[in-house]
Amino acid sequence: MSTYAVEATDLVKIFGKERAVDGISLQVPKGIVYGFLGPNGAGKTTTIRMLATLLKPNEGHAKVMGYDLTQEADKVRHSISLTGQFASVDEELSGRENLIFIGRLVGYSRKQAKQRADELLQAFQLEDAAKRQVKKYSGGMRRRIDIAASIVTSPELLFLDEPTTGLDPRSRNQVWDIVRALVKNGTTVFLTTQYLEEADQLADLIGVIDRGKLIAEGTSKELKASIGAGSLTVHFDDLDELKKAQNIFVSRFEQQPDINEQDISLTIMIKEHAKAAKAIGELANTNVQIKDFSMSQPSLDEVFLTLTGNVPDHEGGDSSNE
Amino acid sequence: MNKPSTIEEVLTNRTRPKSPTAIQASATFAWRALLRIRYVPEQLFDVTIFPIIFLLMFTYLFGGAISGSTGEYLNFVLPGILVMTVSMITMYTGLDLNKDIEKGVFDRFRSLPIWQPSVLVGALLVDTLRYLIASTIMVTLGYILGFRPEAGFSGVIMGVAILLLFSFSLSWIWTMLGIIVRSEKALMGISMMFLFPLTFLSSVFVDPSTMPNWLQRFVDINPITFVVDAVRTLIHGTEANGDVMIVIYISIALIVIFGPLTMYFFKNK
Ligand SMILES: Nc1ncnc2c1ncn2[C@@H]1O[C@H](COP(=O)(O)OP(=O)(O)OP(=O)(O)O)[C@@H](O)[C@H]1O
Ligand SMILES: [Mg+2]
Repeated sequence: MSTYAVEATDLVKIFGKERAVDGISLQVPKGIVYGFLGPNGAGKTTTIRMLATLLKPNEGHAKVMGYDLTQEADKVRHSISLTGQFASVDEELSGRENLIFIGRLVGYSRKQAKQRADELLQAFQLEDAAKRQVKKYSGGMRRRIDIAASIVTSPELLFLDEPTTGLDPRSRNQVWDIVRALVKNGTTVFLTTQYLEEADQLADLIGVIDRGKLIAEGTSKELKASIGAGSLTVHFDDLDELKKAQNIFVSRFEQQPDINEQDISLTIMIKEHAKAAKAIGELANTNVQIKDFSMSQPSLDEVFLTLTGNVPDHEGGDSSNE
Repeated sequence: MNKPSTIEEVLTNRTRPKSPTAIQASATFAWRALLRIRYVPEQLFDVTIFPIIFLLMFTYLFGGAISGSTGEYLNFVLPGILVMTVSMITMYTGLDLNKDIEKGVFDRFRSLPIWQPSVLVGALLVDTLRYLIASTIMVTLGYILGFRPEAGFSGVIMGVAILLLFSFSLSWIWTMLGIIVRSEKALMGISMMFLFPLTFLSSVFVDPSTMPNWLQRFVDINPITFVVDAVRTLIHGTEANGDVMIVIYISIALIVIFGPLTMYFFKNK
């Protein structure tokens, strides 16, 4: 038995003249969360659709759960589940009807399908909305029913295409908890995201994709080592304090912070969080008056800036989940 | 079983039942289509309003002019407009599918280990039910207006049955177009372009022997003419000619050609 959930070699997908996926090779070990990180139009959805047997690659080949993607498509379908980026259940039907419907399609009897639907609705806290049409659901409920529909029978490999785009932090956390529970139970999760934070929180292994190419791969620790932990921004009451702080930062960290005179603030890139704490302590020790300070994760743009030397051009449609 | 389930618990269920048979899967998709009608009953407008308008219009507008009396014309024309109306309605099958397929849910269907054509077969079966509703409305309304089938009730049933077979087969063309054509408007245009000449230049309204020669030649090879003649034969019990068999052959041919083509485009979309 293969130890990999996905083994892809040089996958290429061409739409017209565009190489939407341009030679991607992946090895995703079983039992982990693989985070596929990239901006709009990078080729995330196209890659997933190929791996889920929906699109034929123009070049390259892949094995999914040990089965050949093209030769054994039916066996692949037996082991996977797909939660697409957009409407992945029937919006006209109620949540319960959708789950019963999928239950019937995977082969449950009517009674089993109903029972399974009710279990899932309860587990995903959707009982109150069970009889409501999915098009009347909130964004977070939508995503939960989408995922519930994907685990009517627990798949060995679950594809989640941008499961949290457009969700508020609370709903996002719920989805994250679901993903963690899935992995704990042995499902391999392949998810795409545009947020570094999400990949950082969930993924054991992160692949960064841009313009159809895999430009970096590693654990979040490894990627961060090359990108840095983020930035520290400090606000001051007046420009004098700002100047004092700037001098301290330059002498201690051998790094020139970005100065914003309008906001009376400075921003500095840091490698690790401990360094940030130290910097704040340093300012306090030398009696520099701080108004407030904040830390921020590196943005996807910063990741790309570091990895490719340029910020991705945000082409290729929007990703909002309306 | 009323204990609260958590996500962890619902995940422990790893047994995967056997995939449904082709028939079970098709029936499940048909069930989905029926549920959708329950939520959006307006979907049935085309199969209710259309037949009523057509029947009233042709009976009273043209009846007197063409046959001298509306009653006599109704007996002649009802099987014709029945075929015309139901053939026209088949077009909506493609339009609905076209709208439906734009949404992501088809990706899920296609990633399931099921007999893939069941997605479409299920929808078409329910559409055939819609054609049946349209037929029933027309025959009933016709009866109220004075239509009298000479072969009685059983003749009507046989006539409608052959019409449903033909419509189901014809739907595969629209289904295929529904998959390849991008916009709903374009699809509507293409469908009309075929359906209008085919239904009007046929034996629906008048006996082809009253037409000029060149037109007769087209009308005689028009599949709709065969269907109209077959339905008329069955409903009025006139001498059985080969029309019924020909319609069966046409229907099989349509399925054999457009079924696999549709599936090809569906899989490679
Ligand atoms: N069916 C298609 N026909 C033509 N071009 C396509 C098709 N699907 C995707 N593309 C193009 O391929 C490129 C990659 O698209 P893809 O949807 O895979 O990106 P993505 O990473 O999922 O982006 P997003 O974050 O916006 O979802 C885009 O430029 C897109 O326009
Ligand atoms: Mg996408």
